[in-house]
Amino acid sequence: MLCTGTGCVSNGVFKIKEALEQELKKHSLQDEVGVVLTGCNGFCAQGPVAVVKPDEIFYQLLTEDDIPHLVEEHFLKGRPVQKLMYTPPAEKVPVPKMSDIGFFGKQRLIALRNRGMIDPEQIDEYIAQGGYTALVKALTEMKPKQIIDQVKQSGLRGRGGAGFPTGKKWELVAAAERTPKYLVCNADEGDPGAFMDRSIIESDPHSILEGMMIGARATGASCGYVYIRNEYPLARTRLIKAIEQAREYGLLGQDILGKGLNFDISIQQGAGAFVCGEETSLIASLEGRSPEPRVRPPYPAQSGVWDAPTNINNVETWANIPEIINRGAQWFSSIGTETSKGTKVFSVVGKVENTGLVEVPMGTTLREIVFDIGGGIPNAKNFKAVQTGGPSGGCIPADLLDLPIDYEKLAEVGSIMGSGGLIVMDEDTCMVDVARYFLEFLKDESCGKCTACREGIDVMHGILVRICDGNGKESDIEILEELAQAIKDASLCALGGTAPNPVLSTIQYFRDEYESHIKDRSCPAGVCKALITFTIDEEACKGCRLCSKNCPQEAISGEAKEVHRIDQSKCIKCGVCMDVCKFEAVLVA
Amino acid sequence: MSKIKPEDLDKIRERMTRTMNLRDGGARAKVTVHMGTCGIAAGARKIMSSLLGLLEEKDINDVLITTSGCAGLCSREPMMTVELKGQAPVKYVDLDEEKTQKIFSAHVLSGEVVEEYALAIGSERVG
Repeated sequence: MLCTGTGCVSNGVFKIKEALEQELKKHSLQDEVGVVLTGCNGFCAQGPVAVVKPDEIFYQLLTEDDIPHLVEEHFLKGRPVQKLMYTPPAEKVPVPKMSDIGFFGKQRLIALRNRGMIDPEQIDEYIAQGGYTALVKALTEMKPKQIIDQVKQSGLRGRGGAGFPTGKKWELVAAAERTPKYLVCNADEGDPGAFMDRSIIESDPHSILEGMMIGARATGASCGYVYIRNEYPLARTRLIKAIEQAREYGLLGQDILGKGLNFDISIQQGAGAFVCGEETSLIASLEGRSPEPRVRPPYPAQSGVWDAPTNINNVETWANIPEIINRGAQWFSSIGTETSKGTKVFSVVGKVENTGLVEVPMGTTLREIVFDIGGGIPNAKNFKAVQTGGPSGGCIPADLLDLPIDYEKLAEVGSIMGSGGLIVMDEDTCMVDVARYFLEFLKDESCGKCTACREGIDVMHGILVRICDGNGKESDIEILEELAQAIKDASLCALGGTAPNPVLSTIQYFRDEYESHIKDRSCPAGVCKALITFTIDEEACKGCRLCSKNCPQEAISGEAKEVHRIDQSKCIKCGVCMDVCKFEAVLVA
Repeated sequence: MSKIKPEDLDKIRERMTRTMNLRDGGARAKVTVHMGTCGIAAGARKIMSSLLGLLEEKDINDVLITTSGCAGLCSREPMMTVELKGQAPVKYVDLDEEKTQKIFSAHVLSGEVVEEYALAIGSERVG
């Protein structure tokens, strides 16, 4: 079928027709192959075009010279000529917009408003993005009480974990009569897998400084500390630079911006102790003592650093302050849920496609974070649980994925908001092992002051180790629950008060896994080494020798192309054989 | 630098936004390498030095090379953002030196977005 629409005619289709008929005759094919002229085919740009039936082969941009080859190849030998066929242009996938990408589209940046946009080591770039305008507003247009009212009305709550209303905290310090007063920024982020605060400081250190300056105006504090862990060298360097630059501009020091505020900030390095999440421990460490909590009251607002009235807020809390002052309490409180306003920054890690830093409005569901933003679970595995709140938090199972995140909702299901670590776990994660891991961390991090915490966590950890080793007893679950309650009741600070959470929440939602470990001596996820054995499926094994070559213990024997065997007495259950096998012939049970 | 007054902030802002948004001055493009701890750990310093090397080698002085913190998607670092005068920024992910060179020649110098390495175009929702 030769197209004889105007387009192809002017491209010389009749010459093609002649050449074609001639060539067909030459090969005596004129009776077998009919040349039909058709109307416009519609693809004029590629003309002259031809369609060969019945195969529907589409030829384009034909010339007379192509015809002998075409006839010989296609009609005589039955091989369509590839180079004359139409190939659709390689599909140009347009680069998507940021808002169309799940990871970015669902985020809303307040604390992280300048991330990736400014050079954190240039104060002018911060100023270019509207930096320090909130400070000017606070110094020139607002009285301290108005600032506190705005923060109160915004509904901002402590982002370090406990969720105490920030405005109320400020109010207490403002009301204290004694001077000097101190402000502290807690940058001692201690949860494993959490890096929200580090990232905020690294990308936008001035947002924290400005927040603290506004806090100084509101509370009457004259001195600020950033208590930052030693493990964050880049964040510390950037913070030091930011403070120097702010001082040079007169944004720190005496008579800030010529408006009479006196306030300066210095940096205190912490050794990265988890217990410093507790305010009174942090104060002790800041003063050079060992970080042990003390009884409250008196609260830091009455007696904090050097026994002076002190207000401690977390990095993310401070970073929110300038935006609240600039855009107003009403704007901020319009975002989020009934009890939890604004956004929350999470570090999403673990068994999830997109790991990274995520800022979403309060009330976003776990499902949205794990699947829409996080991109789901890699390697087509199933989701099992998400751990929020770090070692003090809990594991939330799949059937609660639609839980909207806020302080209260997370507490209702046995976890906590915490500082925002979010660890995603897949089906290959053993929940008893997870509880054991967190208790091991907490056992090391307990400061040792309270017996219940120091000894209790150790005993709980011992029981979990025993269960993972296959030596669990029928009564273990009940003993764990009883110990958990005792530790919660008898610990002074939140470390002990929340330490049993990882155990309690895993017992609550994954009790069957505990029971499998204890009663059946088996680890359903195939993690606990004492309870698993690796075997080779005789049907599936092709005898490729890959596993035996990779086994560090030389525990696998078998000739090439014959079924291999694992010598259980040599096997250390490292799982390398399973990882390297291409035929899924290594089984774990 | 000397101590500033509130009104000085406006001046700084005006001056800086012009250069940062490439409105003024001789720069026709800005390349931001994301250098948080995650980016640096993934090799952002190499990306940075290869960009600086390209500037020198090709004797280019109208392209700004700058740094910034983490762009959020730590698992796809090293990342960089390329912004040409008057155009939306484009984020590139999973970079190495070879890809950086290609992006520099194709996108920064010739205006052709390298689609196979690009993650997304535009900016995030702020506020």
